[in-house]
Amino acid sequence: MSPEPTNTLPSEESTGERNGTSAVTAVDQVARRVRVQPARRAKGPRSKLVAWTLGLAGMLLMAALPLLNISIPGILPTPTYQPGSLQLLAMCMLMAAAALSYHLLIGVAGLLSFGHALYFGAGSYGLAIILNTLGLPLLPAMGLTLVVALVLSTLTGMVALRVTGIPFAMVTLAFAQAGSVLVRRNPGGATGGEEGVSPDTAGIPEFLVGVANTRNLYWLSLLTLLIVIAVVSWVQSSRAGHVAAAVRENELRVRVLGLQPYWAKLLIFVVAGVLAAAVGMVFVLLQSGTVPRQVSADFTITLLVMVVLGGVGSKWGAVIGGVLYTLLDQRLSAFANSSAVESLPAILHVPLSEPLFILGALFVLVVLFMPGGLTGAVRRLRERFSANAATKRN
Amino acid sequence: MSTLVLLLITGVGLGALYFLVASGLSLIYGLMGVLNFAHGAFLTLGAFVSWEMSRRIGEGTWLTFIITLVIGAAVGGAFAALTEFALIRPLYNRHIEQVLVTVGLSLAAVAIFEGVWGTDPQYTKGPEWFTRTTDVLGAQVPNDRFVTIIVAALVLLGVVLFLKKTRYGMIIRAGVENRSMVTALGIDVRKAFTLVFTIGGAAAGLGGVLASHYFGYVSPALGGSLLIFAFIVTVIGGLGSLAGAAIASVVVGVLQQITNFYWGVGDFVVIVLLAVVLLTKPTGLMGKTA
Repeated sequence: MSPEPTNTLPSEESTGERNGTSAVTAVDQVARRVRVQPARRAKGPRSKLVAWTLGLAGMLLMAALPLLNISIPGILPTPTYQPGSLQLLAMCMLMAAAALSYHLLIGVAGLLSFGHALYFGAGSYGLAIILNTLGLPLLPAMGLTLVVALVLSTLTGMVALRVTGIPFAMVTLAFAQAGSVLVRRNPGGATGGEEGVSPDTAGIPEFLVGVANTRNLYWLSLLTLLIVIAVVSWVQSSRAGHVAAAVRENELRVRVLGLQPYWAKLLIFVVAGVLAAAVGMVFVLLQSGTVPRQVSADFTITLLVMVVLGGVGSKWGAVIGGVLYTLLDQRLSAFANSSAVESLPAILHVPLSEPLFILGALFVLVVLFMPGGLTGAVRRLRERFSANAATKRN
Repeated sequence: MSTLVLLLITGVGLGALYFLVASGLSLIYGLMGVLNFAHGAFLTLGAFVSWEMSRRIGEGTWLTFIITLVIGAAVGGAFAALTEFALIRPLYNRHIEQVLVTVGLSLAAVAIFEGVWGTDPQYTKGPEWFTRTTDVLGAQVPNDRFVTIIVAALVLLGVVLFLKKTRYGMIIRAGVENRSMVTALGIDVRKAFTLVFTIGGAAAGLGGVLASHYFGYVSPALGGSLLIFAFIVTVIGGLGSLAGAAIASVVVGVLQQITNFYWGVGDFVVIVLLAVVLLTKPTGLMGKTA
């Protein structure tokens, strides 16, 4: 494997080694060769400068959107300064941030978790319940919610990380299911059962309440996304991040080097959980409420779809996947209710009017035919282009 | 006493449903290393097609019930075989991608079921005998529980006989134990993969028909809700172990019923049990030592 196989999925170490050495057939080898990506070219100072400038410009543009009047028909429902579009864009950014926290698990540490929604739900439900029952102001309530999420993710992570691979996926799924059942049960009337819960507006500063203030919530979402990007980049380039990435590639080798995979994985798991909770808190403010779906396995699967769509292992892939999925989901629902679809015969009309069917089918196609997702496809195109250029020069 | 008997029998019935789903999951995982998220979809499709059929040919008779059982198994098996052939086969030895494909399939399938049959539960009607109860040690046990238990026991017996007595069964057992060795001996394990998927899908389809009588309705979410507990059962029983799945399903089903009845905490107890089993024996009750 190359030193930085950014878009390959975690290898089948955990399951493949059950039978001693896995059978390496010719087909297998070819498959491996195709999947291995060449190491990314080292970035020179100039391209780094370009990247930073572009990033800064993009950030400023996003920050200025609520003050501009830009219409993108077909993608945004209203001009950008109106609440409809701002709400959708804010949701895109929050989902991108949530997908990014999931990227820490699957992309960096190679942990396939099916329970990430639990921590997102801990953030959204936690903040709403703390605001409703303790009557704290917003900032202390947020702090307390993060502490709750920290404790929860540490405890569940310590149990779940005792197993690896597929059993890990099942254990995290079971924990999230417990959370989901708890929320639906409505203990003490705190979670509101199926209807969900809305935070008491008394504790929330006025500038974050109501449709008229959507632009403030939009900026808060943008800030959340930037913070999550910063934390994820920092963790990824930290010592623990490197150890976790090494564990993803070969856990045994990390052990032999005298490092402890368990603690590195636990750290990544907890950071991802707390980040998801932070995003969940902003989500509950933006939506002024939360529903049981936000704790369900479906929501984790949504995050997984986003990350895979963008490209597993790529930070920007997760962001792009999150934005794209949210836009698609929103626009496909509108498309499903359009008269063009209504008039189709039943055999076309039924699948097309189910956004989840289109997204699910798209997901299957990406996994089958586009390894590395969107970012992987872009990278392959670029490589082909530069290879062509090189042959022409010779 | 009579309440406890009722809870025990109902719990075993629930365990029987879990077993019908978990047996396929466990075999598929044991042989291929694939965690099949689409297994719930096999179950739901079997249940829906059987429900449609029973409405066409007249609900409420034994003949209809038996025909729907056959149809449920056939539909579940066919759907599973198709899944294996079209989606899993191109991704051999890439376990994570295989899991992802089944996740996508389950999303798309549930969406289609919702589009075709709606999100509301559709109520089922079995033979008249199902609505009556039988007196067991003073407990009035609904009769459909017995049918569920008997069918699950027959499936267990059938699968065990198949695995022990036939050539393909032997290949599957050998494959679970050491797949590379079987391949090295020149046996095409891939046929066994399709076979295991078909058997698992058929068991899930049967489970779907029985579940629709056990709960009294069919809904697109039926498979997903059973699947999560079936996952838990497979992990507790030990991945790849059929006997482990059988024991764990009964334990989980009974425990869930009893704790749910007395304290209303059945679902949590099951998850605590899972955590305890993993902390003390990460391979599950009867799993292979890693």
